[in-house]
Order: sequence, then structure tokens, then C-alpha cells
Amino acid sequence: MSSYYFSIIGTKDNPLYELEFSSFKSSSPTPGQSQFSASVKEILPFVTHSALDIVEDATWSTNQFSLGRIDSFYGLVINAFITQGNIKFLLCYDTNTSAPGGGSGSGVGGVGGSGSGAGIVPGPGSGASSHALSSSSSSISGSKNDDNSIKQFFMEVNDLYVKCLLNPLYAVNDAIISPDFDLKVKVSAKKYL
Amino acid sequence: MSDNIILPSLPPIGSLTISDSGNGSSTSANANTSTNVSSGSGANRNSMGFGYNPSIGPSSNLITEETVSLHLSNKKIINITPQSQNSIYDRNINKKGLEISLSALSFLFCEIISWVQGQSKGIQDLEARLNGLGYQIGQRYLELVKLREGIKYGKREIKIIEILQFIHGPFWKAIFGKVANELEKSQDAENEYMISDNVPLLSKFISVPKDYGNLNVSALIAGIIEGALDSSFFQAEVSAHSVPRDGLPLRTTFLINFDKSVLTREEMRFSR
Repeated sequence: MSSYYFSIIGTKDNPLYELEFSSFKSSSPTPGQSQFSASVKEILPFVTHSALDIVEDATWSTNQFSLGRIDSFYGLVINAFITQGNIKFLLCYDTNTSAPGGGSGSGVGGVGGSGSGAGIVPGPGSGASSHALSSSSSSISGSKNDDNSIKQFFMEVNDLYVKCLLNPLYAVNDAIISPDFDLKVKVSAKKYL
Repeated sequence: MSDNIILPSLPPIGSLTISDSGNGSSTSANANTSTNVSSGSGANRNSMGFGYNPSIGPSSNLITEETVSLHLSNKKIINITPQSQNSIYDRNINKKGLEISLSALSFLFCEIISWVQGQSKGIQDLEARLNGLGYQIGQRYLELVKLREGIKYGKREIKIIEILQFIHGPFWKAIFGKVANELEKSQDAENEYMISDNVPLLSKFISVPKDYGNLNVSALIAGIIEGALDSSFFQAEVSAHSVPRDGLPLRTTFLINFDKSVLTREEMRFSR
């Protein structure tokens, strides 16, 4: 089952909120528990941040809220969503559904080159950029379906974000520490992913 | 010194949590201080494992065996904080038609002005403070109006003209109940635009004393526009000016002065 790393990035590239989880449809004893291996876990913020360059370019080349699949890195795929106030939602997840440990070794090896590699993708925002997909990534069947549910997840999180923003004691670019927000995001994650 | 805009903001809430991860006896920012402060791993879990802590990172709100049961249960209401019962996240954000009376709003605005006036050193300072108050409203309303327009089929505004039309139209309507009267481009300067309102709702019952010169209390609205433009990355300075006309003594023009970088970006992206 695929695992997900979701983060909300503010206008100064600062993380406002992060969450690791896995698909709730799995049959493991604790559904929803993140299944990333330790070595992947520690590079997740880097992989996500390296996608920000592409997001920033796509910000001004498309007028969609949902940017779809914008980057990938050794079997990790990144979907993005951007609000009118330039708050970015990024979802990073692994595509190889079998063994999450398999792709992790190669992932760590390539960390050095990842930043530059992500920056020179031709035609950002045009769809799946497959330059970094390693051979281990299985053929992405039903990815259309996935993208759609991710989009819905993003829209629901956007609802929650705006509600949070309407709180007069919350200022733009503050970290979102509310336990209620956290719970609601997890409930949406369960619903769509 | 008085040129600096003073934003009357609170200390960011995020900074409150930084200090309370290290020492076990924390006065947590969350009202519900938990008892299970785990030792060793450094993971200080609050409110039954919910809530993101920026000083710890994603391990602060992991889904674990203890919390997963809460997700699987299909209970409608889960109490994790005292406020969970009727939290802001449970309310419907798309509900329209919640309006407040003009008299109440005017009274509030009147109090705001006298409060700000007591703090300020002069007319410019007074306007800057009003602008700062409006700024925060603009940041919030921008996202709210966009959300209510519908994310699924709506689009982001990425061109100068489009964002101005958005502010002149739907944005104005959401706040004041009507669209603004005019949207013009300055003939002298490339980066200047003007939005005019014949009867600004807020200053309907405000009369400025003679010795206050050209004070315009619509600086608050100018701040709203500036906040909305800035957070969409159209950096601009907005100021309010009284431009009375026959029969329209309150007519106000908001002068929008875009930053050079915005024009450069526009040229690079959309000149083809």
C-alpha cells in the first residue's frame, strides 16, 4: 500500500503543516500508519522542497488551482495544489506498491543530484515528468483515478485551511498546530486516499 | 520613522510551541495539556497525539496504534480539545447571506478609528495603521472569496488585469454587497491603476474635521486591497484619496501602485 507525505508550504517556503500516513484501505493492523522506511523518511522533506521550484514556475504558467503531478524522484511522485494566496499543498507518495524498502536504497544514493535534476524539467506542469522514475516504478495503473482523489483531498484540505485562516488569532504563514485541524485532515485522508 | 507601516499583529502562535517541547513540564499552548509526556524519544505528544508541532516535525502527529481507533470509528463528533464540540472546522464555510447591519458596522468602525487615533502620532501614521488593519482582512477574504467561487471550476488569477477585475467585481461584492464603480488605468504611469467607489460603505457616516486635512478613513479599504494583492504575489502599494464629484461627496479613489517586478513578470510571461 502506498504511503503519503503531505505538507502545506507557506509563502516563504516554510512548512505550515506536515503529515505522514498511508492508505487507509490497507489491511495492516494499524491502517493509516506511515510505511515509509527510515531512509526514505528523512529525505521526504528534501524531495518535497526540491519540487517547489517547479511549483513556482507552474504558478505563473497555468491558472489551475490543482497542478496535478509535477515531479517525481526514484519512485516518489509529487502532486501539488496552490491557492490564490500562494499557499502550496504538496503530496509526496511512493508508486511502487509492493515493497517500500526496495526503492529506498537507490533513493538515498541519488540525493545529491536530486535538487538540480528537479530544477531542469522541461515543460513543468505539463503532466507526468518521468525523468527520474527508476525502473522499479511499476506501470502506474489507475493513476487517473488516483489523481482525481488526490485533487478532491486537496480541495477538502483547502476548505480546512481557509477555515483556519479565518481565525483572527491565526496569521498567514504561522504553523497550524490545532489538533482539530489535524484530525480533520486525517479524516479527509481516510476518505479519499 | 513614521513611514514604516505598523502592523498591529499578535506574536505568531507558531512561536509559542517552540519552547514547550524540551522541558517536560510544559504549559502547552493547547488548552488540553496531556499527561502522557513520553520520555527518551523526544516526541512530546499532546492532545492524544493530535496536532502538528513545528519544532518536532511530522513525527509529532503520526498515526499510531493509539490514535488509529479514533479514525476508524465513524463517530461524528470526536472530542480532542474542549473546543471540538463546535469548532470552526465543523461549520459550513459556503454559507452565504450572513450579513451584519450597517449601523453596527459603522459603530464598530467609528470605535476602531478613535482607538487607532489615540495611538497614532499624526495623520499619516493614522492612515498607515488603518491600512495595516485592513491588510489582514484582505489576506483572509481573498482565500475565502476564491473558495466560495468554487475551486473545482474556478481559476487562479495570474494576470494584473484579471486580479484587478476580480477585486473590482466578486471580491468587492463579497465584502460590500455591490461591485465597485470604476476600474481605470492611469495614463501617466504604466504601473498605476485606480478603483473608484462612489459611496464607500464604511465611511458613510464619517465626517472628517477640517484640521485633519486630507485624511481619508478608507485607508482601511486600501489596506484590504493591498493585502489581497500582496498575498496573490502582485506586490502593490494602495492608497485612498477623496475625489468628490457633483452629488457624490464621498467618492473615493483607490490608487494601486504595482511594484516594478510585477510588470516585469507580466511582460516575460504573457507578452507573446
